Amino acid sequence: MLRLLQALAALILALAGLTCAAREALPVGGDEALEHRVMMLAEQLRCLVCQNQTIADSHADLAEDLRNQIREQMRQGASEQQIKAYMVARYGDFVLYQPPFKATTVVLWSAPALLAIGGALWLFVYLRRRAARLEAAGAQEEEGLDDDAIGEGGA
Amino acid sequence: MKRSFYIPLAIFVALVVFLAIGLTRDPREVPSPLIDKPAPAFALSRLDTPEQVFTPKQLAGKVWLLNVWASWCVACREEHELLVAFSKAGLVPIYGLDYKDTRDDALGWLKQFGNPYTAAAFDQDGKVGIDYGVYGVPETFVIDKTGTIRYKQIGPITPDVLEHTILPLVRKLNA
Repeated sequence: MLRLLQALAALILALAGLTCAAREALPVGGDEALEHRVMMLAEQLRCLVCQNQTIADSHADLAEDLRNQIREQMRQGASEQQIKAYMVARYGDFVLYQPPFKATTVVLWSAPALLAIGGALWLFVYLRRRAARLEAAGAQEEEGLDDDAIGEGGA
Repeated sequence: MKRSFYIPLAIFVALVVFLAIGLTRDPREVPSPLIDKPAPAFALSRLDTPEQVFTPKQLAGKVWLLNVWASWCVACREEHELLVAFSKAGLVPIYGLDYKDTRDDALGWLKQFGNPYTAAAFDQDGKVGIDYGVYGVPETFVIDKTGTIRYKQIGPITPDVLEHTILPLVRKLNA
């Protein structure tokens, strides 16, 4: 009985492997260079159905259609710029993974750098003032501050 | 309290305001870049009579709705009853764009659930859908007399959207 169960378990596990038939993108016509270019561009475009994936990664029908569009257009000699413009004209800026640098996205692009620089400047000024303040306090109470100065020096 | 005490609090409040506004937005609703642009031209065979061609040019001078649907689309059923009833009111003609479907399935679906369309075009490979920026079904476009897209509804039309957005817009465009 145990042997039978073991055999059955083995069979079920073996069949389970069939479900892992992942759907791979079929190579088209064997033109590797073209496929590579298609995927390179597809990785810069967002799949609007599965919005956290690129058109290259997504298995959605729309993603496949758009990959085909890219392939067709590349075959006809369209440049990356032209194909991106084609996509943006139909789906808007959101289809590009990198938001374009426009008047509406200036804040998006510059905010991190501005915040970092601004924060560093503020810190610099603050530390300067603090050092100046402590120097002034130290000059006034040179004697009394000795014990404290040990703590300050260590910090 | 020193004035500088309130700065972090002010920054926090500003951040909360931005995040709260962000929570009310739905990322699934990608704004269409085609609003106020001419509806892309196409010529597709009609769903019911394949020998006849349907093109938006035929509707110049009229305000009309283009409803993108498919027989395999579950969400389309949500709006279909409303569309059928609305088509009977005769306020604005509704034309269908059958997206990536088969003729038999589509015609059978219309027979079963009702046909609100004055005519339906058959977009088998979805190319026209791509031109219209369709990324999910159903979607509906309101197109004016000059053939310009004025509004895009993403997802099923609800009674609320119909009454408060689409109808007023159609009335305005017809005026």
